[in-house]
Amino acid sequence: MKKLLLATAASALLTGVASAEEIKLGVIMGFTGPIESLTPAMAAGGELAMKEVSDSGKLLGGATVTPIRGDSTCVDSGAATAAAERLITSDGVKGIVGADCSGVTGAILANVAVPNGVVMISPSATSPALSDAEDNGLFFRTSPSDARQGQVLADVLMDKGIKSAAITYTNNDYGKGLADSIAGAFKAAGGEVTAMTSHEDGKADYSAEVGALASAGGDVLIVAGYVDQGGPGIIRAALDTGAFDMFALPDGMIGAALETTFGDEIEGSVGTVPGGEAANTDMIVKAITSDAYDSSGPYIGESYDAAALIMLAMQAAGSSDPSAYAGKIMDVANAPGEKIGTGELAKGLEILAAGGEIDYVGATAVELIGGGEAAGGYREIVIEGGKITTAQYR
Amino acid sequence: MDFLNAIVALSNFVIIPAVAYGSQLALGALGVTLIYGILRFSNFAHGDTMAFGAMIAVLVTWWFQSMGVSFGPLPTALLALPIAILGTMALVLFTDRVVYRFYREQKAKPVILVIVSMGVMFIMNGLVRFIIGPNDQKFADGERFIISVREFKAMTGLREGLAIKTTQGITVVVAVICVALLFWFLNRTRTGKSMRAYSDNEDLALLSGINPERVVMYTWLIVAALATTAGVLYGLDKTFKPFVYFQLLLPIFASAIVGGLGSPLGAIAGGFVIAFSEVTITYAWKKVLVYLMPESLEPSGLVQLLSTDYKFAVSFVILIVVLLFKPTGLFKGKSV
Repeated sequence: MKKLLLATAASALLTGVASAEEIKLGVIMGFTGPIESLTPAMAAGGELAMKEVSDSGKLLGGATVTPIRGDSTCVDSGAATAAAERLITSDGVKGIVGADCSGVTGAILANVAVPNGVVMISPSATSPALSDAEDNGLFFRTSPSDARQGQVLADVLMDKGIKSAAITYTNNDYGKGLADSIAGAFKAAGGEVTAMTSHEDGKADYSAEVGALASAGGDVLIVAGYVDQGGPGIIRAALDTGAFDMFALPDGMIGAALETTFGDEIEGSVGTVPGGEAANTDMIVKAITSDAYDSSGPYIGESYDAAALIMLAMQAAGSSDPSAYAGKIMDVANAPGEKIGTGELAKGLEILAAGGEIDYVGATAVELIGGGEAAGGYREIVIEGGKITTAQYR
Repeated sequence: MDFLNAIVALSNFVIIPAVAYGSQLALGALGVTLIYGILRFSNFAHGDTMAFGAMIAVLVTWWFQSMGVSFGPLPTALLALPIAILGTMALVLFTDRVVYRFYREQKAKPVILVIVSMGVMFIMNGLVRFIIGPNDQKFADGERFIISVREFKAMTGLREGLAIKTTQGITVVVAVICVALLFWFLNRTRTGKSMRAYSDNEDLALLSGINPERVVMYTWLIVAALATTAGVLYGLDKTFKPFVYFQLLLPIFASAIVGGLGSPLGAIAGGFVIAFSEVTITYAWKKVLVYLMPESLEPSGLVQLLSTDYKFAVSFVILIVVLLFKPTGLFKGKSV
């Protein structure tokens, strides 16, 4: 009798373990390439949410979530597609947090995610073109489209009384899309765009590019580039030749490298980074700073939110099957329902398990609009005393 | 006043950068042209020899900086330069001993040596990346400017500013010293004369008792010194990144060929021709023209002949034009 009991208990235990699924989620970001200094912290943000959910033991009756990283390289669509293909077919991921840069995100979406029916939530792909991409309802982003950022940056410049600007952008989907939207918004607000030229990343010397921009003139130089690539080279050449001393910097240019390279040389320059006032990234920043990541970069909260949305939607659908939970993402992200902030994922999972509704707020005050992209709050930053400081939220 | 402003704008964005860039190209092209004149092949590994030399200078500079050694207002890299030259000399002599000498003894055709030098190029390229990595490295220190824009404007009261970077000044001064030393060596010393004799007619030189191995060794030593200097100056003025030196190969060869391969004077002239063409053709002339033209004629566009993305294409076009119409180059070098 005793033996029988033991055997029953053991088998119950075994079945219990077997039913607790191990869910794999892909984290595809450019761990090598032009934004390699930003991605480790972004990935850590996403993985933090997965750990929080796994530790709570409340997802789909105790499922654990394992992150699997893939390298998008940010610029090489072929490599990014191959990485995504591997994650889906060989590792069997149920969803992807990523990719990071707009070009590779579009490539992965079209070539891998849609054909395989896997959900993608990008924390940082901001190209306006992705709004109309063919996605079968599988693609979302927790960052707003650059169409919005262009508008915000133009407003910032107008408020400072700047009427003319030259624009240089990194020669890719992100740079071009952002530059177009800034130029459009700035012109519509009555500003003058004196020149709009591209620059190639990874060159030793940008004095020729800056010479052309200086010739066009303007009160401010808008650099829609990357902080680890050509961007600082452009700023350096512009400062050295005295062509411009004030810069307007969109999200890709905001990072700790900016402070260490230029300090107060670019005093008074302005910039925009996604982030809202209601946003609460403190807990994430604290957690990943303790893991020795550089937490001053953008899109860390967005990455956390992207991962959180996937897991909450799984809970709402009661399944980790992408085709089942894709439709729930908008539901958990938006009202109505109980508001869920960072560090409250367990509470959200409980409410959903009980059949309730939630409105995920998370680190960046997530509100998905249109085809599933963030409505877009921005933090206006200004360089003061050689440090990146927050001026206000827009 | 407008005229002065135009001159200043032109100097700031065209003349000063082009002179510095031209000096760097000229030093590089001198090395290429010496190898071509004396060893009789186009050395494709030259760009990566420059990278190797600059890399040693970067490492030694870091070491000096960590010990607190500095060179006052001048960059510490200048102190590291002699050590870097010695290191590069060791590398090229080693390469010559294990690679090129074998083919020289076989009396291999120049085209084979060119391919061999490409192999050497890839190995050096890998070596540099292996040691210091593929990324940008910063090693410039000391005073950044001789004249900064703000000082210039305060001094002259002009609307346009002019900046001369310390590195640009150093580049020109060092290049002049190097070229003067080289010409003195080639024209006045016994070894220099034997090198020129060997270059003019190998058989005659051998008959008059010149030791070819010595000539070859001296050539490599001089080339190592020139390549390292060019590499360090370019790295100081712009930035040190291994891949960039590989890209420099094209304008350097264009300079040497435009000037006339094998002619040292031609290499210098070629360097400046290429540098000025690249900069002036991709410069947007609007600013200068606005100062010079009467208001009614002011241009509305940028007046830029070619986008800056096509900078390297300019060297290509000049190269092709020269090869078509004057294959021996401006200074009667050897035809390619």
